[in-house]
Amino acid sequence: MENNIRLLINNISVVYSDVIQVLKGVSLTIKKGQIVSLLGSNGAGKTTTLKAISGLLKSENGKVTEGSIEYDGEPVQNSSPEEITRKGIIQVLEGRQEFKYLTVEENLRVGTATRWGKPFKKDLEMVYHYFPALLARKKNLAGYCSGGELQMLVMGRGLMAQPRLLLLDEPSLGLAPLLVKEIFQIIRRVNQELGTTLMLVEQNANMALQIAHYGYVMENGKIVMESDAEDLRENPDVKEFYLGTAASGALKSYKDVKSYKRRKRWL
Amino acid sequence: MEFFLQLLVNGISLGFLYALSALGFVMIFKSSSVLNFAHGELLAIGAFLFLVLSAWAKLPIVLAFALTLVGSFALGFIVERLFLRPLIGEALIEVIMLTVGLAAMFKGLLLFVFGGDIHDYPEFLPEGLSLQLGTIQVPSVYVAALIIGIVFLILFGFFFKYSSQGIYMRSVADNQPAALSLGVHVRRVFALSWAIAALVCAMSGIVLGIINGVNVHNLSGIGLKVFPVVILGGLDSIGGAILGGIIIGLLETFTGGYISTSLREIIPYIVLVFILMVRPYGLFGLVEIERV
Repeated sequence: MENNIRLLINNISVVYSDVIQVLKGVSLTIKKGQIVSLLGSNGAGKTTTLKAISGLLKSENGKVTEGSIEYDGEPVQNSSPEEITRKGIIQVLEGRQEFKYLTVEENLRVGTATRWGKPFKKDLEMVYHYFPALLARKKNLAGYCSGGELQMLVMGRGLMAQPRLLLLDEPSLGLAPLLVKEIFQIIRRVNQELGTTLMLVEQNANMALQIAHYGYVMENGKIVMESDAEDLRENPDVKEFYLGTAASGALKSYKDVKSYKRRKRWL
Repeated sequence: MEFFLQLLVNGISLGFLYALSALGFVMIFKSSSVLNFAHGELLAIGAFLFLVLSAWAKLPIVLAFALTLVGSFALGFIVERLFLRPLIGEALIEVIMLTVGLAAMFKGLLLFVFGGDIHDYPEFLPEGLSLQLGTIQVPSVYVAALIIGIVFLILFGFFFKYSSQGIYMRSVADNQPAALSLGVHVRRVFALSWAIAALVCAMSGIVLGIINGVNVHNLSGIGLKVFPVVILGGLDSIGGAILGGIIIGLLETFTGGYISTSLREIIPYIVLVFILMVRPYGLFGLVEIERV
């Protein structure tokens, strides 16, 4: 096996409450130092994939029933989130799950939970360096921060853990376009300057594919397409369904829409 | 006037004790949403542990006090490990019923070992601790209650505000999934909150034991008083627990002093009913931050 692979997901199935199967044989690879983006519509299983990696499935009564997840060559499927976070995988949850009644700086300090007792001053400076907007708000309760500030806060909080693999779930959700641009620039800088490997789940395929090295497209609990980010950007199907620009310029009929799925399923 | 001031001082120091024990109750509720019905029994266990160490084993008082604190801290830890941890993920009502069962079990054990009589601690508070404020005399035990209450409430205040572990505990209370995603050891936080709860219970149990004598029924009954205190102060705020404690303490001593001593035990509950009618979330409940 090549040793530049950070995470290898091999044909996993995820079942909630022993009956609801959400992932049906998902495989994907994340190389060290890359940004990998996972695209797909609502309910495709993107968040479930992230939670399978981070171990958060457990608290939702979900389980990886088949396949394996290897992190730096070590199997981690169905481990507890406490163990997985301590190995260096941090998931930034969807929808900005801040601690409302903690100040911004206290929120960031919770990010050091995986390495309790170690100094964190340097990391605070690093987070304020990437997110200067947080510095001005550090004594404020997080509950009173704006949506953009909160997104920066939860990403900074994840970085405080010094992750080796950071899983970002929809960082652009509900943010103004300019802010989305800023957030994605920061993600790219974090990747380039800190060397953090990132997995990015996004609805905003356009932005995600601009900064990602590699991309996967998910549908109905399966990976239907994977390729280098540039190729995906040029792919007519992706263009039509996720980038909002029809390949031929004209609207396609519903039949063709279905043909896309059919074709991919038989791949 | 003198009588009034005397009652005022007694009430406030009693209030700090209630606040201290309420702090333990609030902590468990904040971190795991569990209402701990075994609160009074934790109080009684602490008081009896101190009785065993000080009066029976005749250890030096300071050592006995320290050992009681360590012992009850460990007890809280063990209780969480043995009884509560297997129920994580089960419905809340089951966990709450478990604490009712724990209360019965602890009370039975204490009655079995110590009987229903009133025991007394050896005299150990120095006379010099009593205060002469103008014309009123504050007995040393009330001064001790005031000191212990204030010192430990400040200590816990700092713990929650500045220490990493305190911040992790608050994060779990605030948003458990997010805390989990950052690797906060949620089960450890639950265990710690039980341990701290047992510890503060033991402290207030000891001082209440000095005031009223050590008796299983008395102490577990006082533990029940945590309900009016925390509901008055709001179930989730520590500052509210302090205010609630002082209000209940004052109500009790004034009722006992001016109206009748037999009424003093029930007046907190009467007030509780009226407050809940007017302000169902308590007087000082957390102001909900909502995004609109």
